Amino acid sequence: MSLWVVLPILIPLMGATFGWVAWRSTRVQAAIGVAASSLHLLVAIALLVEVRQNGILVAPIGSWTPPIGIVLQADLLGAIMVVLTALLGWTSNITALAEVAEPQRRAGFFPLMQVLLLGVTGSFLTGDIFNLFVFFEVMLMASFVLLALSGEKGALEGAVKYVGLNLFSSALFLTGAGMAYALTGTLNMADLFVKLPEVAAQDPTAVTTLGALLLIAFGVKAGVFPLYFWLPASYHTASPAVSAIFAGLLTKVGVYALVRLTTILAPASAGLIDAVLWVAAATMLFGVLGAVAQTHTRRILGFHILSQIGYMIVGVGLLASPDPEVRQLGMAATVFYLAHHILVKTNLYLVAGTALRMLGEERLKYAGGLAKRAPWLAAIFLVPAFSLAGLPPLSGFWAKLAVLRSGAFGDAWVAVAAAAVAGVLTLVSMLKIWNEVFWKDRPEGETSPPPMVPSEIWLRGVPMVLLALATLTIGLWPGPLYEIAQDAAAQLLDPTATVDAVLSTEVAQEGTR
Amino acid sequence: MTWLLAISVGALVASGVYLMLRRSLVKFLFGIVLLSHGANLAVFLTGGIVRGRSAVVPLGETTLESGHADPLPQALVLTAIVIGFAVVSFLAVLIRRAQEELGQGDVDEMRETES
Repeated sequence: MSLWVVLPILIPLMGATFGWVAWRSTRVQAAIGVAASSLHLLVAIALLVEVRQNGILVAPIGSWTPPIGIVLQADLLGAIMVVLTALLGWTSNITALAEVAEPQRRAGFFPLMQVLLLGVTGSFLTGDIFNLFVFFEVMLMASFVLLALSGEKGALEGAVKYVGLNLFSSALFLTGAGMAYALTGTLNMADLFVKLPEVAAQDPTAVTTLGALLLIAFGVKAGVFPLYFWLPASYHTASPAVSAIFAGLLTKVGVYALVRLTTILAPASAGLIDAVLWVAAATMLFGVLGAVAQTHTRRILGFHILSQIGYMIVGVGLLASPDPEVRQLGMAATVFYLAHHILVKTNLYLVAGTALRMLGEERLKYAGGLAKRAPWLAAIFLVPAFSLAGLPPLSGFWAKLAVLRSGAFGDAWVAVAAAAVAGVLTLVSMLKIWNEVFWKDRPEGETSPPPMVPSEIWLRGVPMVLLALATLTIGLWPGPLYEIAQDAAAQLLDPTATVDAVLSTEVAQEGTR
Repeated sequence: MTWLLAISVGALVASGVYLMLRRSLVKFLFGIVLLSHGANLAVFLTGGIVRGRSAVVPLGETTLESGHADPLPQALVLTAIVIGFAVVSFLAVLIRRAQEELGQGDVDEMRETES
């Protein structure tokens, strides 16, 4: 039993618990939140190092021998995602110190943030499909409350849409998990990988139905075409620190689940996976077209999340390819894109949040003048914005290159064309934000809120600079991350190592149970 | 017996979806309730329906006799029901607050956050 797998889940749990205990003092809650997130980040990095050196880590909970009972497992993909989660948790907590108003702190903002991180981390580390459902629900429950926390009209309306559609997809996920158990007699992901092809040989219709159920369930959560309408209707209504972590993480948990599911399902049911390529192309195009039509900073960014999800699931669609090299390229591109996107997208939302703080306005028409007032913010904005559009030498260039390359090798020309068009249009709408918010002069008669005090500038600035540096680093040295992405892809595509690690885990018998 | 319950699953899901497609927010809530009941019942049924035999190892024995229902889906459903209960209560409060704030419960009129 490896402690490293359990700690990243345990720390946010403790952070949340102690946070609730310190209910009376929001100062103590904030301190606990930051401390827990810092510790979380350290442990997550240790987990990644451990997994990189020693391979897949498995922790059977309650000492049941797998595949019986719940296992926590950390392969490379899971470990990378946990590091990114912890990093985002840290940046969001720091930003929240400057951002979140006292009434929302009173309502338990900081402990809720820890619960959200608990759910996300748990989703990345569990090896059990029903346990994944439970962690999803933990994450969703925290996100429901965080979204509606301000109690404003728009936030409540956005929350109704968000909660409603997510509950619908949860019901589908639950049915799918039950069906997977009915068909194979197991809930363990590694065991499912072994048993599902046998079942598929006897009863292909049932496996396809199962795949369709889970694809739709995770598709709603990931925000793919045509299931994404809840996202642009809700994300921009939350407070900026909250929408930053939502934008960076929550849909990506959906993508992660999609990747996990499809790598298990692809050998059994390729026809279904093939359709994902078309979905990817449509998501890229419709997402970016939606963004072009918007005139509100965070709404533009919301539509860009969708279009980027399209890029990520190209690799999922390529799993249907008969050529193992194409599958490997596609999956590596997906993992690389996930990592790049999480850093960039969160940073854009943080910049948008600070711009909102300085201008008191998010509608582009009434914004302006920030390049003169805050050149540092303008400089930071350019890094994630150009990275999102895919300009060299930033991380987005390599991510897009990897996607285009895998698509070209896999003869997925529709997806490649959509990716190219979406890339250009992304640049257009990033330039639109640049022109309207930063470059042009503020329209006459618009007033700004009182300027920020130095401590607030630091609390907002440090996370943004850190994320921008990470983007630059990946852009200038993409090699190490791409290598990890390739290894993660290899583990996903040939899960024999995972299956061996999970199913051969010996459990020390201590007396009678 | 199983066929009757299977039809119930279908009926629950169908009426849930029907209610969710109505314009009223409160009907949407009831739609979610019915839909999650349908999902719970479906998962429950995967364990099989056996009358009068529980999955408990008899006194003095070490293994279970065959011919009982699988207890695992029952445990899963219990978890799912608890989660569903919490989530539905939250949604009920949220809808109430939203109706107070927006002054109506007509989904068609909720266009404030749309583009």
